[in-house]
Amino acid sequence: MKKFNRVVTVLIFLFLYAPMLVLLIASFNVGKDITEFEGFTLMRYVEVFQDRSMLTMLGNSILVSVLASAIATVFGTFSAVGIYNLKPRMRKAVMSLTNIPMTNPDIVTGISLSLLFVFVGSKLLGQKESLTFWTLLIAHITFNLPYVILNVMPKLQQMNPALTDAAMDLGCTPLQSFFKVTLYEIMPGIISGAIMAFTMSLDDFVISYFVTGLDFITLPVEIYNYTKKQLEPKLYAMFIMMFLLILVLMIVMNLLQVRQDKQKKRREGR
Amino acid sequence: MEFGGERVLDGINLYFNDKEFLTLLGPSGCGKTTTLRIIGGFLQPTSGKVLFDGKSINDVPPYQRQINTVFQRYALFPHLNVYDNIAFGLKVAKLPKEEIHQRVDEMLGVVGLKGYEHRRIDALSGGQQQRVAIARALVNRPKVLLLDEPLAALDLRLRKDMQNELKRIQQVMGITFVYVTHDQEEALSMSDTVVVMDKGRIQQIGRPEDIYNEPKNAFVADFIGESNILDGVMLADYKVKFFGRTFKCLDAGFAPNEPVDVVIRPEDIDFVPPEEGHLTGTVTSVTFKGLNYDIIVDFKGFKWLIQTTDYQPEGATVGIRLNPEDIHIMHKSEYSGMFGDYSSYSAEYDELTEDAEDEEE
Amino acid sequence: MKRNKSLLLSTPYILWMVIFTLVPLGVVLYYALTDVETGAFTVDNMSKLVRYLPAFGRSILYSLISAVICLLIGYPVAYYMTQCSPTTQRFLYMLVMLPMCMSFLLRTLAWVGLLQDTGIINNILEAIGLPRLPLIRTPAAVILGMVYNYLPYMILPLYAIIVKIDPRLIEAAEDLGCNSTKVFSKVILPLSMPGILSGMTMVFVPAVSTFYISNKLGSTETVLIGDIVERLFKQGDNPNMGAALSLLLMVLVFVCTGIINRFGGDEEGAVIV
Repeated sequence: MKKFNRVVTVLIFLFLYAPMLVLLIASFNVGKDITEFEGFTLMRYVEVFQDRSMLTMLGNSILVSVLASAIATVFGTFSAVGIYNLKPRMRKAVMSLTNIPMTNPDIVTGISLSLLFVFVGSKLLGQKESLTFWTLLIAHITFNLPYVILNVMPKLQQMNPALTDAAMDLGCTPLQSFFKVTLYEIMPGIISGAIMAFTMSLDDFVISYFVTGLDFITLPVEIYNYTKKQLEPKLYAMFIMMFLLILVLMIVMNLLQVRQDKQKKRREGR
Repeated sequence: MEFGGERVLDGINLYFNDKEFLTLLGPSGCGKTTTLRIIGGFLQPTSGKVLFDGKSINDVPPYQRQINTVFQRYALFPHLNVYDNIAFGLKVAKLPKEEIHQRVDEMLGVVGLKGYEHRRIDALSGGQQQRVAIARALVNRPKVLLLDEPLAALDLRLRKDMQNELKRIQQVMGITFVYVTHDQEEALSMSDTVVVMDKGRIQQIGRPEDIYNEPKNAFVADFIGESNILDGVMLADYKVKFFGRTFKCLDAGFAPNEPVDVVIRPEDIDFVPPEEGHLTGTVTSVTFKGLNYDIIVDFKGFKWLIQTTDYQPEGATVGIRLNPEDIHIMHKSEYSGMFGDYSSYSAEYDELTEDAEDEEE
Repeated sequence: MKRNKSLLLSTPYILWMVIFTLVPLGVVLYYALTDVETGAFTVDNMSKLVRYLPAFGRSILYSLISAVICLLIGYPVAYYMTQCSPTTQRFLYMLVMLPMCMSFLLRTLAWVGLLQDTGIINNILEAIGLPRLPLIRTPAAVILGMVYNYLPYMILPLYAIIVKIDPRLIEAAEDLGCNSTKVFSKVILPLSMPGILSGMTMVFVPAVSTFYISNKLGSTETVLIGDIVERLFKQGDNPNMGAALSLLLMVLVFVCTGIINRFGGDEEGAVIV
């Protein structure tokens, strides 16, 4: 049975990574066709850095995801503390609200936000172009917030509530006790929430596609526009570089987790 | 005090004297921790007042009270080392660095943790963590130190050592300790004053000896040590009737023919040959306890616990004599008839309940 | 005192979420019930929904099939992961999660390269002397695309639940006379139910609303509801009809997750990834 599972696992991982492999090879391809390898070159990687518009799109993507995830992390952390201290009934209601963007299909979230922005922008404010950088940012913050909340909340619940009592007992005001004690305890949740929010933001296509205007386009949306035409092989190079970036992020996250587990083990097994 | 709509504390009226070691003793859920949290400022009483040096501190938040707490399971800050944990309160108060250093150093000496300054909290044993928790609270020189079941997480041996240690520290520092525990032995051996609580009410306040020797009602008698509690009738001063016989006793001031609870401590009973006894009964079970035997004797269907070094085999017929000083008389209370019958007694019973209480809160 | 502060801290969030999740859904309803030209109230869009029922049916069918396939192939993987050493577990977990963070457009496009009539698979087939197969532009290709894209959403919650099963329960079952098949069917499977349910939801929801996969891997015969919605918004210039469709889509998703949650009823199962 175990052998069978092992074989299935290996096959599934091959299945999951086959397209990555195809893209990796394509990124070194002299020819433009993904199906035919005509010779090895690193030109595609150079092209990425020569393509002004592509770098701008990448810059846009990073700008939006850094801003959105940073705002969502700060905003979400304080909100999580607030929600945690609400009465159970209220807390449950707020958590269902938090779950709406998680359960709603992305396309519905994107459309509903875009309709809201257009409705408010053109009908109420009389703007000509109501979809802008700001609407994109708001949309990203909105779908990032639940990730932060859902990562921070369990840490708050795991925390020994006596710790904040102890801080206040020793002279901290509630605000001081948050910064001196609570923050340290929930930090792993904040970090993983922030990283998750950042990657979701960076990779988001569906929601961005509906809420972004013509003046500010992110990389995934641009890629979509590209895939409708003849594909530029430098996209593959870009993909591989993004892959490496996210890989590094994940390894960082993993190491954090390992360190945390070790601490926990030490604490329990004293 | 009401909590979640339920009345958890009712008519608590307590005075703490300066430099006193006072213990709140009671089973889990009796309201002792709630009382402590009100004193510490973590809970607001729904009615009533907390006075400190004669002034109401109801509206003073915990961080402005001259009271510090040693928490259940310590609540040490895991991200700080020993030194920074102890210095926490002083740093928050923004004292000069040299003074912080000097005071922390002094406290490390008091609790015997010199040389551990830079240890991580999770690298300490339970007893050491306990000492850090005490030092962290005391370094702020509070007027009152609150201790919430501080020894519950330690094993028996360490607990005994820490009891002596705590008593010593209290005498060295000369401040008031308010100590919460469910362990009656701990309470009796450490305290100047014991407050026995149950169901959110104070059942008895007194010196440990008085509480043990003169319990006010069946609850106290049963909770503090073991007790055989019988129904009796007070015929007149110094005369009580139970089991159809009249005994002399040392109690007076009851109404004529008032029904009462009679307490007889198991260790006060001595066996005599059956023909010389006031009462005769049959031994139904014998358990060896190390220092003594726990012997259950059936007297006309009522089972008594007798603790003695005098071995009696199961099934033997024994007699007992009761001297006037062995008999303690209490007024009837809501607890009458709930305690003091050993019909379902088993040796493990006590240990089981103690374990369960450790899980409290 | 404490209550007020927690309200102070959580109110901005509640307001934000109401304005940017609940209100937009109201706006969707408003658009769905108004005419695209005049803006007047109408139920036309709603009645025209019937026209799109085949696409709806197809979306549901394909995504259900995908969810079941994901479960069948994802379960052994998740189970195998729990049997590995903690370090390997973490590594495999990362490997499963990684593709989720990468552009699904390009990964889907890579499948086009693999499945094309003149694609990599067919080239290989030809090289070893087998006939070329019509792989792309079939329902199977669309389902493959869905399975490929959403398989991690099945494996991760399954893993999270299975790894929490107390190994002593398995020993207890063995002690009480279960062989390994029985241990699986009587203990492990029932206990992994919450993971199965949340995995099914997490595959089904994005699959039923997807709009790129069928566009690239399917044909005009396999158009899904997501493609239609996208077209109405971005090309057809009939956002009102699109709003009506997405409203229906949302109701569908909430009904489906509602049914699934009724089976499980366990909020813990909603693992976030």
